[in-house]
Amino acid sequence: MEFAELIKTPRVDGVDLHRPFMPTVEGTLCLTGHHLILSSRQDNTEELWLLHANIDSIEKRFVGSLGTIIVKCKDLRVIQLDIPGMEECLNIASSIEALSTLDSVSLMYPFFYRPLFEVIEDGWQLFVPEEAFKDLESMTDEWRLSEVNKDFSVCPSYPSLLTVPKDIDDESLCKAASFRHGGRFPVLSYYHKKNGMVMMRAAQPLTGTNGRRCKEDEKLINATLCAGKRGYIIDTRTIAVAQQAKARGGGFEQEANYPQWRRIHKAIERSNVLQDSLIKLVEACNDQSHSMDRWLSKLEASNWQSNVKEILTTACLAAQCIDREGASVLVHGTEGTDSTLQVTSLAQIILDPACRTIRGFEVLIEREWLQAGHPFQQRCAQSAYSNGKPRSEAPVFLLFLDCVWQILRQFPCSFQFNENLLIMFFEHAYASQFGTFLGNCVAERVKLQLSQKTVSLWSWVNRPQELERFLNPLYEPNNLVIWPSVAPQSLLLWEGVFLRWNRSTKCLDEACQEMVHIIEYNKELQNKVNSLRRQLAQLETEESPLQTP
Amino acid sequence: MEHIRTPKVEQVKLLDRFSNKSVTGTLHLTATHLIFVESNSTSILHHHIASVEKLSLKTNGCPLLIQCRNFRLVHFVIPRERDCHDIYSSLLRLLRPVSYDELYAFSYNPKQNDQQREEGWQLIDLAAEFERMGVPCDQWQLTDVNREYKVCKTYPRDLYVPIMASKPIIVGSSKFRSKGRFPVLTYFYQEKKAAVCRCSQPLSGFSARCLEDEHMLQAISKANHNSRYIYVMDTRPKLNALANRAAGKGYENEDNYSNIRFQFVGIENIHVMRGSLQKLLEVVGTRSLSMTDYLVGLENSGWLRHIKAIMDAAIFLAKTVTVEGASVLVHCSDGWDRTAQVCALGSLLMDPYYRTIKGFMVLIEKDWISFGHKFADRCDQLDPDPKEVSPIFTQFLECVWQLTEQFPQAFEFSEWFLIQIHEHVHSCQFGNFLGNSQRQREDLQLKERTYSLWAHLLSEKQNYLNPVYSPSFAESHPVLEPSTQAYHFKFWRNMYHQYDRSMHPRQSILKHVLTLKDSNRDSVSSPPKINLHSIHHNAPLLSRKEVQQEEDEEVFGEEAMEDAPAITGGERTVEGSSATENGYGELMGSFGSKNEPGAVTLEFGVARMTC
Repeated sequence: MEFAELIKTPRVDGVDLHRPFMPTVEGTLCLTGHHLILSSRQDNTEELWLLHANIDSIEKRFVGSLGTIIVKCKDLRVIQLDIPGMEECLNIASSIEALSTLDSVSLMYPFFYRPLFEVIEDGWQLFVPEEAFKDLESMTDEWRLSEVNKDFSVCPSYPSLLTVPKDIDDESLCKAASFRHGGRFPVLSYYHKKNGMVMMRAAQPLTGTNGRRCKEDEKLINATLCAGKRGYIIDTRTIAVAQQAKARGGGFEQEANYPQWRRIHKAIERSNVLQDSLIKLVEACNDQSHSMDRWLSKLEASNWQSNVKEILTTACLAAQCIDREGASVLVHGTEGTDSTLQVTSLAQIILDPACRTIRGFEVLIEREWLQAGHPFQQRCAQSAYSNGKPRSEAPVFLLFLDCVWQILRQFPCSFQFNENLLIMFFEHAYASQFGTFLGNCVAERVKLQLSQKTVSLWSWVNRPQELERFLNPLYEPNNLVIWPSVAPQSLLLWEGVFLRWNRSTKCLDEACQEMVHIIEYNKELQNKVNSLRRQLAQLETEESPLQTP
Repeated sequence: MEHIRTPKVEQVKLLDRFSNKSVTGTLHLTATHLIFVESNSTSILHHHIASVEKLSLKTNGCPLLIQCRNFRLVHFVIPRERDCHDIYSSLLRLLRPVSYDELYAFSYNPKQNDQQREEGWQLIDLAAEFERMGVPCDQWQLTDVNREYKVCKTYPRDLYVPIMASKPIIVGSSKFRSKGRFPVLTYFYQEKKAAVCRCSQPLSGFSARCLEDEHMLQAISKANHNSRYIYVMDTRPKLNALANRAAGKGYENEDNYSNIRFQFVGIENIHVMRGSLQKLLEVVGTRSLSMTDYLVGLENSGWLRHIKAIMDAAIFLAKTVTVEGASVLVHCSDGWDRTAQVCALGSLLMDPYYRTIKGFMVLIEKDWISFGHKFADRCDQLDPDPKEVSPIFTQFLECVWQLTEQFPQAFEFSEWFLIQIHEHVHSCQFGNFLGNSQRQREDLQLKERTYSLWAHLLSEKQNYLNPVYSPSFAESHPVLEPSTQAYHFKFWRNMYHQYDRSMHPRQSILKHVLTLKDSNRDSVSSPPKINLHSIHHNAPLLSRKEVQQEEDEEVFGEEAMEDAPAITGGERTVEGSSATENGYGELMGSFGSKNEPGAVTLEFGVARMTC
């Protein structure tokens, strides 16, 4: 297929671009296969380059022969294009609609994008399971790397290499897989070096209504317990939801069959509910006419902050079980690809200081989200302005980022990265020139040959020039477990994402600059003092022989 | 002291408000404070206590619930009921002083001599402040009509009025205004010669008029050549103003006054505000509060709606004066609550001086203290009428805080300055806020018998600085134009949960940057001395406070310095490394669960009484 077929009018002159808090730009609008470009053709004015994939929905309006297209983006920005000429406007609108809803992954921009920078470190090699396993081996010999899923036949959404208890053979893994939703048998998610406790994740067990059991599954998870110790199963669903799942063949671990485990039910919402929550939240944020009462009531009705609180609380609970109770934990919900991953990845940020570095955080996303089979392509197909019938879109990853932001706000000195990194991940998960977030699981990515045909997001982020923007000037490594407060008074609306296009941040940005300036000046002075001290120490040693009689 | 029956009780448990944690220590009752000593000590000034409640006896003892005006809530469990009762009844007596002499300010002695005390009181000079604004000038003059407090008991002696307003006009106007509070100047916007005046409601009833009052408003109007109109802002909701007419009060009839533009702005009265805060505190005081209940409660309390209403009014005032160049007369009913809020906040928006530490003190001294905001009644200082208590001044401080959130570089001070002022409005430790009017303060001889808060705050100015304050911001933004979108108004956690440590960010950017900036200044002003003998002890990057802490363990810095990370090689500690404190969920029957060691360290942001 040629993109040209979809572009009915490639170019219109005299188009006005309106963006909130920015002056109107008049220029030429161009449509290419992947971009909407508006250029004023003057030197120092900014051009607009918008990926079609970033467009969530459009609206058109006509006043006389002047057409207006309102473009609503997945990064929540809303821009307005005034296009002279009704036909041109209609053509542009239908082209944008077609180009922003291409079905085939292989037509996506990452397959066409050629980087303008030299790839020094290939991001596709950022996380190598074998190397991660070597690190684990240096701490414990209880685990092994299994190739049972080499051809993705045991579990299509798992990667090919999985870390499992040493004493469990591949045959047992297969049997356990057949007892778990989507074949997602319990695998290692995190090893807590401090006390040797582990966090595992899986999908729900397929107990069904007649209480099916699976010896291999029981053996598998029991193998992760130390002698005499008990563990916790954190089911991200309420008991009622878990009960209902039985009717559809799912279920939960029965106490009788898992006597060494205590089950805790939490109430993280299912993904389709989350999408609705996002839509409502963004709608509330975008309405400028709200009175205080209406704003608070709409914020409440969106349930977004409740979702943040629930996810964060569950993650803290998992971390608490591991670090404070000295118990191992198994986390699952239904499929084990959404709420489960929110919990396991957040718990690691709380527990493991390495995850609070930029590289560690990237590895965490790679390991706990991409490799673990979070269906990014399905979940991020549409964002808050989708007006069609929701399919499987859900802001699961965005909620995770929001929770990270909440922890970052509470521990502003403990993260190597700043808010910008989180916002950038949000943008790229929904629309990107990089291949990282394409596909729904490792098997799909292999099939799409992403690592050969596209550039990895990590290749770009990890360049020193880019990294600078994402560094937190206040960072000082902190090896402790960080326990965030989950009281509603402590959780804030993530303005950097949800009010990003609705407010001017000039004053806040300048204040931030000033803070960076103070910190850098301090470092400078500190260096000066240190060098003076060294000089002095030198003088001292040179002088002392003279002083000895 | 005769009211104290049991000065000391041992084995008292202090329960955390939001978790199941508790610490055990000894409770001391002194003439001025209630002190709880464990590994750290917590002291509560009696004046801060709003209510004491003795709950029914439990197996582990007798619970005593103490609610403070600074939003602290303490829950003690005292093993023996008799002790509990003694403490309870002593407190009941102690927290209800019957005469001003019993207030802490009259016994508080910071070991200063009379001269220092006097200097403290001379720090703020309102005559100098009006001079700074450019008054007196060709249109405005100082009048001595109230020298003896004869025209208005609740106004200060020195008042500024239009040149054209003769004494008969003033006196006539004052007779037509509630409590004699006739229109006077409170802020002069020199650039446009526009004035902000304040007064109380006219006694217009349904049809009464007063020529002198009409002349008065005309004189104000004539004093400003920029605009043909003056705006009259009635800060009450229209309904309230209408209701007042039946009582012979009311609002200005546009037909009787030439060239006025009348406007209601709809800020609710003290009773609504009191109820609103009460609802807010009830909601945020709930244990295991859900997000839904929190947001619904926040909405139902109406608190942020009221804050926004005050802000909207102040913005209207500032815009009218600075953009239109018109003079504005602000009033409510008596002209000492809503009027004070709107005039003070409006001036702060217009004049960068009020955004400095010194300027903010001047502003409070002018619009609140001297113009007779009834601090004694509103803050429940002495044998109170519960119907008079209202968080009017707290709302003003909160509005300022909301502004600091939108304009982080505009204010010389940080929120801890606001919070500290709030502490002392209720502490009765300093003389500034005692009583209801200037006249009453003079009768009490406060300047001779008590100390000034402003001197105290200035002496520890370091703690209240905003590290990212930029004086040049005032040049680019002489007038602040805040957004009043609802989502810009936030719940002020550090004020209403000041003492609830578990809710605060565990690391504070403010403190961190403040310390860095402090050390930057120190190391530039006193570069490391080349001294062979002391080099190892000479840590030039340590801030002054920290050096002090090293030398003297007894001295704790004020809140802004607490938990300050050490700069040189010091390890940053992370507070709240306790999962149980946060209550993520009950691990019912958890096995092998160990009790957390009491991780409670220095209280966050405690106004420590240095007695």
